[in-house]
Parts: sequence; C-alpha cells; structure tokens
Amino acid sequence: MAKTMETTTGATNVSTVTMGKALNLALHDALQNDSRVLIFGEDVGKLGGVFRVTDGLQDEFGAERVFDTPLAEATIAATALGLAMKGFRPVAEMQFDAFSYPSFQQVTSNIAKYHTRTGGACNMQLVIRIPYGGNIGAIEQHSESPETYYIHTAGLKVVTPSTPADAYALLTAAIADPDPVIFLEPKSRYWMRQEIALPMPPAALDKARIAREGSDATVIAYGPTVQTALAAAEQAAAEGTSLEVIDLRSLSPLDMETISASVRKTRRAVVVHEAPVFMGLGAEIAARVMHDLFDVLAAPVERIGNATIPYPPARVEKLFLPDADRILEAVDRTREY
Amino acid sequence: MAVREATLAGLSREQLLNMHYQMVLLRRFEEKAAEEYTLGKIGGFLHLYIGQEANGVGMFSALHPDDYVLSAYREHGYAILKGIDPHAVMAELFGKATGSSKGKGGSMHMYSNEHHLIGGQAIVGAQLVMGAGVGLAIQYQGEHRIALVLFGDGAVDEGAFHEALNLASIWKLPVVFVCENNQYSMGMAVTKAWAVSSLEPRAAAYNIPYRKVDGMDALAMREAMREAREHAVNGNGPFLIESLTYRFRGHSMADPAYYRTREEEQMWKATRDPIALFEEKLKAAGIMRDEDIQATNEKVDALVEDCVRFADDSPFPDPDSLYTEVTLDGAGAIAWRNKPSTPRE
Repeated sequence: MAKTMETTTGATNVSTVTMGKALNLALHDALQNDSRVLIFGEDVGKLGGVFRVTDGLQDEFGAERVFDTPLAEATIAATALGLAMKGFRPVAEMQFDAFSYPSFQQVTSNIAKYHTRTGGACNMQLVIRIPYGGNIGAIEQHSESPETYYIHTAGLKVVTPSTPADAYALLTAAIADPDPVIFLEPKSRYWMRQEIALPMPPAALDKARIAREGSDATVIAYGPTVQTALAAAEQAAAEGTSLEVIDLRSLSPLDMETISASVRKTRRAVVVHEAPVFMGLGAEIAARVMHDLFDVLAAPVERIGNATIPYPPARVEKLFLPDADRILEAVDRTREY
Repeated sequence: MAVREATLAGLSREQLLNMHYQMVLLRRFEEKAAEEYTLGKIGGFLHLYIGQEANGVGMFSALHPDDYVLSAYREHGYAILKGIDPHAVMAELFGKATGSSKGKGGSMHMYSNEHHLIGGQAIVGAQLVMGAGVGLAIQYQGEHRIALVLFGDGAVDEGAFHEALNLASIWKLPVVFVCENNQYSMGMAVTKAWAVSSLEPRAAAYNIPYRKVDGMDALAMREAMREAREHAVNGNGPFLIESLTYRFRGHSMADPAYYRTREEEQMWKATRDPIALFEEKLKAAGIMRDEDIQATNEKVDALVEDCVRFADDSPFPDPDSLYTEVTLDGAGAIAWRNKPSTPRE
C-alpha cells in the first residue's frame, strides 16, 4: 500500500492509513528518532495493544523500549514521572478511559504539579495516551469522555486528534513537548482512513484547525465529534446553510483566538462533544464566547453532548451521543433566535 | 452399593449431580452467550468463564445463602450460582429491560440485593477494597456471614490488593479472598507480572492463612472454601485461597489470545477440563452414569435455549428510563437532559 515518490522536498512516503496506524507510525518514528522514548502500559508490548496501536513495536525495538506492565495504573503513571525526571521521554498507555482513574492521583497531584512545586526546576516531559469516547458498542468505564477532569487540572496539556494526519502530527508534537500531555484518542475513529504523507512536521499543540469554512454558524468540535460536525455541515450545505467547523485539537490550552475569529464572522456558535453537557468543555467555551463576543452574537451559544447520566448501555448509546441531526437542530435554534 | 446411595467428599449423589449440572449450565450458558454475541445481540464486552467452572461451583457449594459475593467482570456464572434466574442474566447481557439490572448493568455488573450479590467490577481490583468495607459492616453488625471476594491474578498487581489484605487482616474482617489464577491478566503471563510464583508469601506478609487449590477440581475448591469460611465467619479474620485454573477462551470475545500457544490451550482442554474430570471421578466412584450426563446436557440445553428466547422476546429499556436511578431523588439531580434528535428529511 505504501509507495515512495520523489518530490521537491525529498523522499515522501504516502499511504492511506487508519488513525490507529497513524498513531502506530508516530510511536514508531519517535522510538526511531529518539532513544529516550520508552513505551509501556498494559498489553502494549507482546499483544500490541487492545486497539493495535502499538502493534509490532516491541518486535522492532525490543522489550527494553516497548514493554508490558502489570495491571497497576497508578504505578504506570508514576513510573512515567520517574522516568521523565531522569530525562527519558515516556509514553504511557491507559487501556481505556475509566482505567485512567486509578492513576488520577499521580497525574493530578504529582505529574501536573511538579514543575510548579519545584520552582521550575523539574519539568515533566511525558505523554499519557488514553483511548476515550463511546460509539463502539461498549459500556460505562469503556466509553467515557474524561477530558474535563484533566482540563480542569492546571499543569497538564490535553490534546485530541480527529484525523489520522493529526493523530500522527499531534502525537509527535506531544512526545517532543516539554510538558505533560494527556493524549486522548477517539476510539470510534481508530478505523477512520486518510492518506498521509511522511515525514510530516509536528503540529502545534495549542492551535485549533478550521476543518471546513463556512459563514452562517460555527460548529466547535473535537476528537470523535469532528466527523459528525462535518457530516452535519455537508447536510446543511444541501439545505442552503453554510457551517464552519472548528476542530479544537487542543482542549487545554484552548485556542480562543481561532474560535473568536470564526464566531465573529458567523455570529452563531454550537459546541459539540460526547462528554456530558453539564460542566463540559462546551460550558467554558460558551462562557468565553459570550463574554468576548457579547455584542456580536446573534444567538446564545448552543451546546450538544451527553446527558448527566452514567454512560448509557451499548444498545441505547446512539440516542444519547451527538449526531448530525442534533447538531443541525442546534444550528436551527441559533438561526431562529 | 446402589448408585443412589453412593457419596463422595461427604456429599450425596443428589448434591454431586447438582454440582455437575451447575458446571454444565455455566459452560453451556457461556457458549450460548458467545454465539449470541457473534450474532450482535450482546453489546459491549463479554468475558467468558469457560474452563473455570469448577472454581465457582465448588466454592459456592460451601457458601451460605446470606454470604456476600463481590467479583471481577468474568461473572455471569457467579450470578447464576448465587441464585439469579439465568433468564434474567441472559436478558441483562442482551441489555433488555427484563435483565437482572434492567439492562443498565450489562455483562460486567451483575447485582442482586435478594441474593447478596454485590457483583462484578470492570475496574481491576476494585472489589478487593470494597469487600473490606462489606466485611467491616458485617463485623460491626455482628452478623454470621462472610464477604467472598473473587478476583484474578491481574488484580494482585493493583495497589488495591495490598491495601485490602492488610486492612482485612489488622481488623480481622470476615472476608475470604479467592484468586482464580488463570495465569493471564489478559495478555500478561502471571510469571512475568508476579515477583513471586504464588500468593503464599503475600498472604504471609499480611498474616493471613493461605491455601493453594487445584482450580479444575470442584471438590477441592469446595473443601478449601469450607475451611476458609469457617475461619472467617468465626472471627478469626480473612483467608486467602489461590486456585490454579485456566480460561479456555480469550480474555474477552475480542481477544484472539496471540500471547499464548494453541498447544498450551489444547493441553489444558484435553487433560484438565473441569467438567470432564468431574464426570470421570463420579463415574469411577459409581455415582454417575452416561445416562445421567446425557440427561443433564439435555436439561441444560433446553434451559439455555429458553433463556435466549426470553431475552430475545423482552423489550429494550425505554430511553427515558436512563434518567431514572441516577440519583435516588430523581429528576432534580439531572443537570442536563437530551431530547433525541428528529431525523431530517
């Protein structure tokens, strides 16, 4: 599938890959380019990860660089901390979203605070990868969107890709970043395919991306909901409405500059995420947009997300997850206000 | 001696045949669940107990109905053994409103107040510390019962294992801890995950009595549990059992088990199948005949088919029911409610 072609910039490897494979390639290249990179977690070595993201890496780089740990999430996080202190660049995996909660203490109390606590003497250059989100027919503890817990913790950067290309570019950047990065991987998009060209420059960790330009309303999405928003925009276009779609990429820090510029243009905003609406990231964005653009807005900011219930059973999850229709209904509300 | 008067391990023929029936039921129930999962009728994850049946059946035969049970997520069998109607267990797997938790718990979260089944936990190790809490409550209230905490070898690696054993020991809690060591925490071989080759030194570290048991021998499991329960229920503190067992299938339906060899699996299935071993033993003792096995298989097949029929025919929960039972006082606690979208033309 991969083919090599000569371009003016040198050898470029172009291939169509899934997001899972793009992440795998980013990890592969990080291991290859930097001997300080170590990858570890539950079943990331011999098995190659539940979602195959680390497939083949142990075979190629050896069990000294890519290794399995016992089931001990707090220890996995704290081991990353210890390694980071000694100059390694650890990339740890939590197998599922809710499996990260046993590690929460180490992440929030230690990893997030070390740089401040030491007066800047000790930074935490590490990445914790967490598959998150639903829509894969799983269940609570395997479908959750825990981003607010991490966003709410100062000292952490929180990033999530929505495409294979961004998955590669953002993970590469996260590993190179001097701060601790919580890297959230949208499970339902692991199988999404896209043509990517390598080598690829790392993406900025704090910049949102305009995924589609439009003029009538701005839909702000991230991770798994970006494709949903784009589908909504496609349908809206057929109905004569032009939607701009922003892919946040970075959840913390938040690229308010890109959001504000878009909403200043469209005067309407809808935020969409899988996480519960109540106290979700949409609440912060809505508050900031209303504060900064109060005189510009044509309608209150709309928010789409899950209800305030534990993640629903597989059979009914689709009734609760944001879909294109719910986004369009929210857009309608901003236009009919 | 007539067949119906024969005994083994102090159990009557009827009791022994019932244990056999339970093992076959657990096996067939899981096989059927796997089929239904493949047909797309069961969502989420499905962790099968196939191969480990002697553990549950042996242990539960020595429990008192009042005893509490807490476990990991490989737990459909425990729910059935504790007395939940298998129809309701299957319906729970299907996510139906007639399930034991109204379809809201699913495969990994069986629960029943009536049967004192606190049930399964998806987060590895959680039940160990919870079991200490239940044990403390039992002790506080002076009740004559135990909390049985079931877990796999992977849970031993979590901090919760150590915190729970220490606490239960210093407070002499009526808790029996049982590690069904099936030798893999998903893909991680126990020999790579543990610093020691058995739990004996860990039990010693917390001053807890320990027994190692053949987890493919239902009668050995029963005997160990009888001793452990006796110890714990009489105020002597916790007890730790480690059973050596094997899951015949992958960790879950999604696991192709690349991390172990087909030869290893075949060796266990061919020589250590707990049901086959039990049948041989009972036949050798003149307690069971081939006709008995045949009759049990037919009875179980019919029951399991009926469970699937029941689950198939049951309704899914009303989406609105997802807003209830979040907090006890209901609507006031729901901070955000979704209106399902209307598909556009």
